[in-house]
Amino acid sequence: MTTMVSDFEASMRKREPRAEDLIQGQTGDWEVILGLEVHAQITSKAKLFSGSSTKFGAEQNSQVSFVDAAMPGMLPVINRFCVEQAIRTGLGLKAKINLRSVFDRKNYFYPDLPQGYQISQYKHPIVGEGEIVLDMKDDRTVIVGVERLHLEQDAGKSLHDQHPAMSFVDLNRSGVALMEIVSKPDMRSADEAKAYVNKLRTILRYLGTCDGNMEEGSLRADVNVSVRKVGAPLGTRCEIKNVNSIRFIGLAIEHEARRQIEILEEGGKIDQETRLFDPKTGETRSMRSKEEAHDYRYFPDPDLLPLEFTQAWVDEIASSLPELPDDKKARLISEYGLTHYDATVLIGEGARADYFEAVAKGRDAKLAANWVTGELFGALNREGHSIEETPVTSKQLGELIDLISDGTISGRIAKDVFDSMYKTGRDPAKIVEEEGLQQVTDFGEIEAAIDAVIAANPDKVEQTKVKPQLAGWFVGQVMKSTSGKANPRVVNEILARKLGLSSDD
Amino acid sequence: MSDLTKLTLAAARDALKKKEITSSELTGAYLKEMADGGALNAYVTPTVEKAEEMAKASDAKLQKGEGGALEGIPLGIKDLFCTKDVRTTAGSHILEGFEPPYESTVTANLWRDGAVMLGKLNNDEFAMGSSNETSFYGPVVNPWRRKGSDARLVPGGSSGGSSAAVAARLCLGATATDTGGSIRQPAAFTGTVGLKPTYGRCSRWGIVAFASSLDQAGPIARDVRDAAILLGSMAGHDEKDTTSVDRPVPDYEAALGQGIKGLSVGIPKEYRVEGMPKEIDDLWTRGIEWLKAAGATVKEVSLPHTKYALPTYYIVAPAECSSNLARYDGVRYGLRVEGRDVTEMYEKTRAEGFGAEVRRRVLMGTYVLSAGYYDAYYLKAQKVRTLIARDFAEAFSEVDVLLTPTAPSAAFAIGAKSDDPLSMYLNDVFTVTVNLAGLPGISVPAGLSAEGLPLGLQLIGRTFDEETLLRAAYAIEQAAGFTAEPEAWWRA
Amino acid sequence: MSVDQKTVRHIARLARIAVRDDELEALARELNGILDWVEQLGEVDATDVEPMTSAVAMAMKMREDVVTGTNLQREVTRNAPGAEDGFYVVPKVVE
Repeated sequence: MTTMVSDFEASMRKREPRAEDLIQGQTGDWEVILGLEVHAQITSKAKLFSGSSTKFGAEQNSQVSFVDAAMPGMLPVINRFCVEQAIRTGLGLKAKINLRSVFDRKNYFYPDLPQGYQISQYKHPIVGEGEIVLDMKDDRTVIVGVERLHLEQDAGKSLHDQHPAMSFVDLNRSGVALMEIVSKPDMRSADEAKAYVNKLRTILRYLGTCDGNMEEGSLRADVNVSVRKVGAPLGTRCEIKNVNSIRFIGLAIEHEARRQIEILEEGGKIDQETRLFDPKTGETRSMRSKEEAHDYRYFPDPDLLPLEFTQAWVDEIASSLPELPDDKKARLISEYGLTHYDATVLIGEGARADYFEAVAKGRDAKLAANWVTGELFGALNREGHSIEETPVTSKQLGELIDLISDGTISGRIAKDVFDSMYKTGRDPAKIVEEEGLQQVTDFGEIEAAIDAVIAANPDKVEQTKVKPQLAGWFVGQVMKSTSGKANPRVVNEILARKLGLSSDD
Repeated sequence: MSDLTKLTLAAARDALKKKEITSSELTGAYLKEMADGGALNAYVTPTVEKAEEMAKASDAKLQKGEGGALEGIPLGIKDLFCTKDVRTTAGSHILEGFEPPYESTVTANLWRDGAVMLGKLNNDEFAMGSSNETSFYGPVVNPWRRKGSDARLVPGGSSGGSSAAVAARLCLGATATDTGGSIRQPAAFTGTVGLKPTYGRCSRWGIVAFASSLDQAGPIARDVRDAAILLGSMAGHDEKDTTSVDRPVPDYEAALGQGIKGLSVGIPKEYRVEGMPKEIDDLWTRGIEWLKAAGATVKEVSLPHTKYALPTYYIVAPAECSSNLARYDGVRYGLRVEGRDVTEMYEKTRAEGFGAEVRRRVLMGTYVLSAGYYDAYYLKAQKVRTLIARDFAEAFSEVDVLLTPTAPSAAFAIGAKSDDPLSMYLNDVFTVTVNLAGLPGISVPAGLSAEGLPLGLQLIGRTFDEETLLRAAYAIEQAAGFTAEPEAWWRA
Repeated sequence: MSVDQKTVRHIARLARIAVRDDELEALARELNGILDWVEQLGEVDATDVEPMTSAVAMAMKMREDVVTGTNLQREVTRNAPGAEDGFYVVPKVVE
């Protein structure tokens, strides 16, 4: 195993440890080294090696062919689209596509593994090295290496809680196509691991190769955790299996890192093992039963010829690739002048970025970004709506912004209009008209309101002559008396004149 | 024995077409032979009613002048082929009670062409054996006996039920499978013709797998023509088996009449193994003379890696079988022996469900694939396999077919080798190379031993050149004039 | 390379085949006999030889992404030694 550890070490990106990532122990600071193996279910109609449906939630064993049930004499036939999806994903990860790869059998016994082996790719995966750029909260980016991506079959499901002495087995998921995407041990904090899964999921969704639904198990992560003193060689790692939400990934890592540090600081040593995260306790525990006699006896599956395809096919797939998150982000920044932060928020989901672009087209991009990321996303979050469920269409939000830009309504009124739009789905122009929310730009009307305020507050007028900042108070009073409909620019102009102030600061 | 069962498949086919006989008569005659032939233990599951129904349906078609290439022909099916709703055992206890809800492609092809199923034929458990002694359903007895002896002999294996049934006329022809010689060696032991086609010629879909990269289905038949006819129906591309080859199936029967003038025949010198019985050597020499006399040219060729073929095979085949047989776990079909937890259930089920030879090979295969040994055994064996295939490719750049003996001896007595796996494995010494290289091979009866037992000669061809192979086999058959038949002692 | 009884027990465990203690010695002997015999492959120099991956050189055909399967719940469970309500039933899996 020593050679494996040094290979592992050699494959790591060199990174200076950041103080905020380190964990303080009794004996000093510890660095956490993280690598992830993500299992992503390929979006396809049929399974990887059979014509059974992949639909989620069907009646037990109703989507099981004789091949999936490993009846005697059954043979796998590979689904071309699943191969295409793996290539597409590889291209999306800027990774090397291997024109020749090999399917191997991973042999072990488990009731939900009907063949007694999983068809996977061991020595020769379909996709080689690539990378993923993480956008961290502090505008920092972290590049994480992708070691490989390979195709494999999913197993069925064993239900252990139906009967005291028996387990029930459902093979509907048996044979569904998965991509296992293995990262390099390039992450150094739970936040980075969470950002990695987030970004990977975004990329997969952009590509349409995996729906990324962690609740239904379409995306599952195994986390490799080890700790070391800064500058020390790599420690022994533990693998935490099947952590099925991004939040749990963070919790599992934090717990596991502390567990390891505690053991090491007490003079103990870490056993290389597989552990299970328990969401109820927030702890990880050893899975000794799986560990026992781990020897998968990989060998090339003699039922399947090597998987070979042409560069021309890869090129064809590449030419149909959508714009990827990082490219989209760069474009949003350059084309719309968005901040790094706004762009990052927008690209998280392709549909969000699309929405933004529809709103921003031909309008003030900054204003559009504020409305989309601020008001709209805020409302969506509050109401638990996805962007697809938004009651306010991009066309409507665009119209609202137009009403602000042409001075029909003020920004403040616009917020009320937006709330009404969100509740009723009505067009902004209609709301403004029916509720009489048009901005007052009539000089006479505004002047009258200002005169009234000035007349009622002579002392304030005197003070303002000494302290011009107090002019804001007058603005507020005028807006109040006009129910916010007075055009603030006009109010400022007239007020400045009446109070003898310069209006251009 | 009725006159009807004396007909070859080709003759019966012609008589059926001419309405000289009916399939019901023919099938009835075979069902009677089957009932009388119980002592041979060739059938594990006779399907009498099904046979009668199928014969009747064939007669209706034949009556109207319709029907496929095998319309009304009664066949036996090796019990490794899954047959829909008909118990399929693979000769193993572990498939206890298993009735497949599907039909293998090869048997489906036969029924498509009108053949009639007489029943399922005994075989070595999961086709692992060279004598048919490893079957859970007991050994098959060779219809042939040594002159003046009533010692029970093996019919060869693993397709021993197929070879014995064809030799004793308990069917007109039979399906078989060949992983290391399991069609050709039993054919040689019983005076029948056994044809193992090129890997990929017949679909493996629905055939209980032993070693996936070596398994191939083929016929055991009474003569070369019958074998050609049967292969014509069994062969063909199957979308469900991606290792099956998408190329047209030629008219194999038509190839027979083409003669072998100018054919170049290679004699691999490495097959002249130490300790080969003189009568086998003599038979081989006679074969060479026959081919020369028919107009072929003969030259010596070299297959330098021949001696490594058996050890290679006994790494590759067990490795693949250890994985292929993992599905027999007591969960979805077959035997289950209960245990406290699932692991104990697995262990007890598989210990009781598998016989000694299967257990041995599964353990052997598990060992050679296990951590730390893969490179030394499996990877090395697959490399040597490449060298063996290269040897053949080189030889076939010079010659069209190769001629060798099929087996190093005639049939031996039941029990004679069952305690010594290695000596049993040596039976495959001339046949196993062909599987490793994926080539077609055929065994043709060519004479009798001093003790009156049949001996076979093997021809090996280029990939997908079964036609040349059959032409040469036909020439041997013509020259050998093998007409001997076993005495029907089993009917007493 | 020689197989001892402990190794036989280990591989029998991997293969999920129960082996009695009194069978170990004979099994070890048989496996060693076969292993000694295959040892002769050591004579062959295959350093730069590609391992054989398929008996016949051809491209692997692929299927289209079309659902061809129907509900075979009955067919896939009817041979099962333990089945209930469309599930396969096995003794409890201990994790």
